[in-house]
Amino acid sequence: MSFLIGENMTGGYGGADILTNCTIGVEKGEIAVIVGPNGAGKSTAMKAIFGMLNLREGKIMMDGEDIGALTPQARVHKGMGFVPQTNNVFTSMTVEENLEMGAYIREDDISSTIAQVYELFPILKEKRLQPAGELSGGQRQQVAVGRALMTQPKVLMLDEPTAGVSPIVMDELFDRIIEVARTGIAILMVEQNAKQALNIADKGYVLVQGENRFTDTGKALMENPEVRKSFLGG
Amino acid sequence: MESYANAFVVLLNFLIIPGLAYGSQLALGALGVTIIYSVLRFSNFAHGEAMSFGAMFTILTTWLFQSWGWHLGPLPTAIIALPVGCLVTVIFLLGTDKLVYQFYRKQKAAPVIYMIASVGVVFVMNGIIRFIIGPRDQSFADGARFIFTARDFKEWFGLSESLALRSTTVITIVTAIIVVAIVFWFLNKTRTGKSMRAYSDNEDLALLSGIDPDKVVRVAWIITAILATVAGTLYGLDKSYKPFTYLQLLLPIFAAAIVGGVGNPVGAIVGGLVIAFSEIAVTFAYTKVIAYTLPEFMHVDGLAQLLSTDYKFAVSFVILVVVLLIKPTGIMGGKTI
Amino acid sequence: MTERNRIPFLFVAMAVLLIIVGFLQSWSLSLAILNLCLISAIMALGVNIQWGYAGLVNFGVMGFSAVGGLMAVLISYPPVLEAWQAGGNGIMLSILLTLIAIAACVIAYRMLPAGRNRQIGLAIILAISFFVIRSVYDPAVNAIESTNAASTGFLGGFGMPIIISWAIGGLAAAGIAWVMGKITLGLRSDYLAIATLGISEIVVAVLKNEDWLNRGVKNVVGLPRPVPFEVNLQQAEWFINLSSWLGVDIVEFSSIYVKLCYSLLFVAVLLVILYLSEKALRSPWGRMMRAIRDNEVSSNAMGKNITSRHLQVFILGSAVIGIAGAMLTTLDGQFTPTSYQPLRFTFLIWVMVIVGGSGNNFGAILGGFVIWFFWVEAEPLGIWFMDVITSGMAADNPLKLHLIDSAAHMRLIVMGVVLLVVLRFSPRGLIPEKTSHGH
Repeated sequence: MSFLIGENMTGGYGGADILTNCTIGVEKGEIAVIVGPNGAGKSTAMKAIFGMLNLREGKIMMDGEDIGALTPQARVHKGMGFVPQTNNVFTSMTVEENLEMGAYIREDDISSTIAQVYELFPILKEKRLQPAGELSGGQRQQVAVGRALMTQPKVLMLDEPTAGVSPIVMDELFDRIIEVARTGIAILMVEQNAKQALNIADKGYVLVQGENRFTDTGKALMENPEVRKSFLGG
Repeated sequence: MESYANAFVVLLNFLIIPGLAYGSQLALGALGVTIIYSVLRFSNFAHGEAMSFGAMFTILTTWLFQSWGWHLGPLPTAIIALPVGCLVTVIFLLGTDKLVYQFYRKQKAAPVIYMIASVGVVFVMNGIIRFIIGPRDQSFADGARFIFTARDFKEWFGLSESLALRSTTVITIVTAIIVVAIVFWFLNKTRTGKSMRAYSDNEDLALLSGIDPDKVVRVAWIITAILATVAGTLYGLDKSYKPFTYLQLLLPIFAAAIVGGVGNPVGAIVGGLVIAFSEIAVTFAYTKVIAYTLPEFMHVDGLAQLLSTDYKFAVSFVILVVVLLIKPTGIMGGKTI
Repeated sequence: MTERNRIPFLFVAMAVLLIIVGFLQSWSLSLAILNLCLISAIMALGVNIQWGYAGLVNFGVMGFSAVGGLMAVLISYPPVLEAWQAGGNGIMLSILLTLIAIAACVIAYRMLPAGRNRQIGLAIILAISFFVIRSVYDPAVNAIESTNAASTGFLGGFGMPIIISWAIGGLAAAGIAWVMGKITLGLRSDYLAIATLGISEIVVAVLKNEDWLNRGVKNVVGLPRPVPFEVNLQQAEWFINLSSWLGVDIVEFSSIYVKLCYSLLFVAVLLVILYLSEKALRSPWGRMMRAIRDNEVSSNAMGKNITSRHLQVFILGSAVIGIAGAMLTTLDGQFTPTSYQPLRFTFLIWVMVIVGGSGNNFGAILGGFVIWFFWVEAEPLGIWFMDVITSGMAADNPLKLHLIDSAAHMRLIVMGVVLLVVLRFSPRGLIPEKTSHGH
């Protein structure tokens, strides 16, 4: 069993089910990527794992423990970090304050974690006294990831981290995400840019209409002609 | 040259110093309104009553201390009574939150519902205030009346115009500076203060970061209660305590908060000063200043007032409307409400 | 109790309360309360049109009532010819100049491109016209105010029947609402609330200070009436005969008779406004209004139309308040600007609407009745209550004296608590809004 797994998830936001019997899992130190067409339930699947949506069926396990009944906040305490797709920084606060707020639940000394984040994203150190709202899109995403890392999570979940950034910035962000994964953190992310994302993924999930269509290693999915044809544009 | 000095003394005496004092009072009031707006996201119409309420308990405590023979020498006894007034107001506002607003927060009610609920709180507080202290004016200032009198000033400088500096004016400005400095230190340097700013900035992300919304709301009411008590007491010391005036102060206070930029604490201070100086400058009688500075043929017989002092509220209102039309987020940039 | 029986039951209960007052206190008092209940009900209808139909928050009820009251003075009071001779021309000229200045601003606004030039241009026009108007206006005002200052010192009115002022009061309030709405509608609800509160304070400040217009705080008394005076009745033969035939005291009967005349007039106005409001509420216009309020129509689908719809409803509601304001001054027979307090004239009306039932005209009317009744009766009830709880204390006990002295302020606390309790536990009020698409 994976370190974090959402098994046979079925449910939606009150109305019709968006997810049907969907399973997503990720190991420590691995990058798992959820891809699929628009409206496939990618973000919904991730939100379900994070507890922002009530499931009718299925369970969420982390480190062998059932966390399905916990609120998102409680899951943060358990070691989950979540980076929303939009509004993911405190725009009126400085970069450093954003990081401090990320570590709000911690009572211990956070200076070494801040140093680690600055090491990972050197530009943030340079801009640490600037309001996050004044930064470029890519830099903001770095702040958002940095903020989520401040709790020293075991799992980091990213909802479309590269939405709206240039290809160069996207490559750089993916490099950083790989670095994060190397520190032993499990990474689960939803991506629109399926090709580039699967390139760095240890595991890929292709969702269609809330169901698992293909599940394999990132490499295998990239080579799968059917996946290429239908989801990667040939 | 001497006539320019005289003109300056007139301006100092009747425009600049009173403007600073009144501006400090408005700024403290606007800061309270803006903090509630940022955290609870509604315009609190009961803020004027909170000022009156806090001032009332400070006055009652002052009388008690005076009856015990406690005095602060040249300073007004109200200064040592202030913490008691703050404490009672904190408890009362936390009580209103628990009994009134908390329910709507759980319901995620529209801001307008909070606003109407705050009108209910206005009634209750206004009734309590009249019930306890009555509708009449109360005076509670003691200690030295002047830092220096008009006669002192005349002896020092020998100008024909004179200047008296009342101690309440200086206490108002100094206290306001100290309180504002503490609030800004709290908001910018402490973890709790930063969590309040974070909550105000992005509620969802703040919740995601594990910030406790109940604590943020509680702290917001505590700060607001303290600011209201200090502002209300200073206003009462400077003018005199009239329970009715505080409801009228609501308009310039809202104007100050909006003109500076709602939800922006720096904006509240700037807005308070802008509103105070405009109100006084527009209703100021320039006769003497003109006589001292302009050539003879331009002198006027009347008051040379742009507007009568009774219209000072109109001034804050016009500024409010102009800012709304030109820059709805306020001078310093805030949220659009 | 079924929904259908609920409304008549509540109104009958209200009537019983008024009858009890008639028996226990006096019929004259009961009718006096009834008349103010009727006026309050009309004001509440006005607020209900704005808040209940469209969700607009008007915290300037006081100002619109005061404008209506001013119109009662300006329509009914005989013109003061000496004052007109002294400064009438000056005032007329300054009004003309003001209109010219406004026209100049509008033209400049249209002609100049947006930006700094436009702002500077407008500022210059405003500054010049301010000083030009003041140079005409100030001497005229001085001349008028010094004309027989002790008894008049103002221009007076048009000497027409005061009842005309009810319509004019509505029109004047509508005019102010149009200007206000143009500026503040389209912004969020908080701004409208604050702006209307502001304009109402300014209206009252003007009425307190522009002595040439309405004598300011010196008040205008002795306004003409639409109904007979008591003293005249007491001397009229038919009235003497009527009261002796009924076997009642003529003085008290004359007072009751006059109040009844007012009641009939007020009921007539209330019914007309209620009929029109109900018709509007059920029309496609009213349905659209509620749909906008409930966000059933997205602002995109309606485009700019939402703001113009809100402007209509804001003007209509304010006009109704203006009518009620003129009626109130008519009933009082005098115009006292200092009596306009926001708690009594703005926020109390809001308590009426919330308690009665926002969105339901019958609810607003009932709210007007109930709240005004308890606002008036809270004082005797409060004193009685304080008497009871302090009955064990010595007659000169300072606490007892203070409590009885302050009993009247209890009504503020009671009103606040009633508002908060209804808002929380029964937010739809005594007579809830009828939802056409029942959930």
